[in-house]
Amino acid sequence: MFAFCEDPSALEGARWFACYLTNGVHFKFYQSFLVVLLLLAVTAPTALAFGFAAASATRSRIPPVRWFGNIYTAMVRGIPDIAFFLFFVIVLDQGIEYLRHNIVCPDWTDPIRQGANFIVCPAARTPQSSSPQFVHEAYNFALAVFTYAIVFGAFCANVLIGAMRAVPRAQMETAEAYGMTRRQAFWRILVPQMWVYALPGLSNVWMILIKATPLLFLLGIEDIVYWARELGGSRTSQYAYPHPDWRLWYFLGLLVFYLAFTRVSEIVLARLTRRLSHGQATAAGEQARRAA
Amino acid sequence: MICGEALQNYGLRSLGFGERLLPRADITLCDQVVLIGSGLIWNVYFAILALCLGFFFSVALAVARNSPRALLRKPADWFVFVFRGSPLFIQFFLAYEAFVLLPRLGFDLDLGSMELTVETRWLARAWLGALLVLFLNTSAYAAQIFYGALQSVPKGDLEAADAYGMTGWKRFRRVVFPTMMRLAWPAYTNEAIFLFHATTLVFFSSFPAFQQKGDALYYAQYFADRTFNPFVPYPIVAIYFVLVTLCIIAVFGAVNRRLNRHLPGERTRIRYRPNLIR
Repeated sequence: MFAFCEDPSALEGARWFACYLTNGVHFKFYQSFLVVLLLLAVTAPTALAFGFAAASATRSRIPPVRWFGNIYTAMVRGIPDIAFFLFFVIVLDQGIEYLRHNIVCPDWTDPIRQGANFIVCPAARTPQSSSPQFVHEAYNFALAVFTYAIVFGAFCANVLIGAMRAVPRAQMETAEAYGMTRRQAFWRILVPQMWVYALPGLSNVWMILIKATPLLFLLGIEDIVYWARELGGSRTSQYAYPHPDWRLWYFLGLLVFYLAFTRVSEIVLARLTRRLSHGQATAAGEQARRAA
Repeated sequence: MICGEALQNYGLRSLGFGERLLPRADITLCDQVVLIGSGLIWNVYFAILALCLGFFFSVALAVARNSPRALLRKPADWFVFVFRGSPLFIQFFLAYEAFVLLPRLGFDLDLGSMELTVETRWLARAWLGALLVLFLNTSAYAAQIFYGALQSVPKGDLEAADAYGMTGWKRFRRVVFPTMMRLAWPAYTNEAIFLFHATTLVFFSSFPAFQQKGDALYYAQYFADRTFNPFVPYPIVAIYFVLVTLCIIAVFGAVNRRLNRHLPGERTRIRYRPNLIR
């Protein structure tokens, strides 16, 4: 990066660190922070959509839809989320391969589960083993995002169900009195009003989501935890930048990153709550009115 | 007897008793149920000890945070901020790396009849190191809950205590503490459930499962990797965890009823729908 980095062994002190922290592998480490942010950016709306769908499903008049919504929202209450992460990644992977197997090679006669093996025809392998490294990484990342969305969708659904219940009953009765259908009342009255009740819960889910991002490591993604372990491990003099075991410092860096991230989120969410409570028939809204 | 052989071989495998090798080929349902159940011992061990020890520390932290003295308040605030603001997973990694760097020392503890050598390298093992992290983590979360409850203690209660001439420790023990517990208990139940679920992280962070002595999820992943069939071990884990979660709700519900026994009517029932958010 810098001109003086030509010969690392001759460097000392601050210059050594400047070169060390800007070498090629470190840029991969910094990129992995972007991966975390990307995961959050993609997962948060997807999980919210899943949660909204599930919360609406629990209010459905069709029993199977309602049961599905109830089971989906109840499952995260008794089972640790890590179990879901480990479970869904394999299930999604095998599910996709199985579907493609049935479509691509219908004449295949061998059983797919042979003892401890899961064998689909070569054409159904996802992603194809010949495809470039980038495709493999993108596929794994997409699986991870989907897994996160499923688990956090259930969290969101729980919050949204509570929020839908919190909308004053009189509002819905008024909608009925105006002759709105169930569907109209849901979309025009319930949905616009529920967000202010949902916001405290959703902020909490956001915090949990941030704190769950290091679990990407368990799903086989080269994320910040992976790179922190990789870069922090001791380097002998064979390497350009030899150093002892610095994993402690790398993890300390990650800790500070997360502390800053959650703190900033907290402040932003507190402001948002104040903004949204404005003019609402809630305690916070009343407080804002009195203060004005 | 159902699963007799598997029970004999793997019933206490997670503690190091029984068959040394884990089942490799011909994995039966019995093996999976028994071995995963054996791993559950660790989850329960971590959860109970961390909760029991954390309870006292978190009450102390909550009181410290409520103190007017900055010398007490600030450290408690920072402790809660650090442990609540960062992921448990990173805390495990960080703690493990720190414990590994500790010098290998041994201290002799004289326990009357027997002598015990306490060694610092125990901290790099899951049973002590991970327990310490879980203890600190749950203390921070519970401290936040208790602090919130402490601030919601009705003003009238405190004034009544003043009117009776109660001060200091007596006022805390007789008036503040019981009300604080009563107010915090539903949220604390939730925290207990979360902590129990968090124990599954131990063997997936740096802490090694020495001689393959792991927790329920560790064995479940072992089976899923072996058989390449996730549809058996993970549902087994799920059932075990749901059962223990129901037990936690039952026990904490009983405590809740006792805490609220002087109050009339419906308020004594714990909310059936526990808040999931930690």
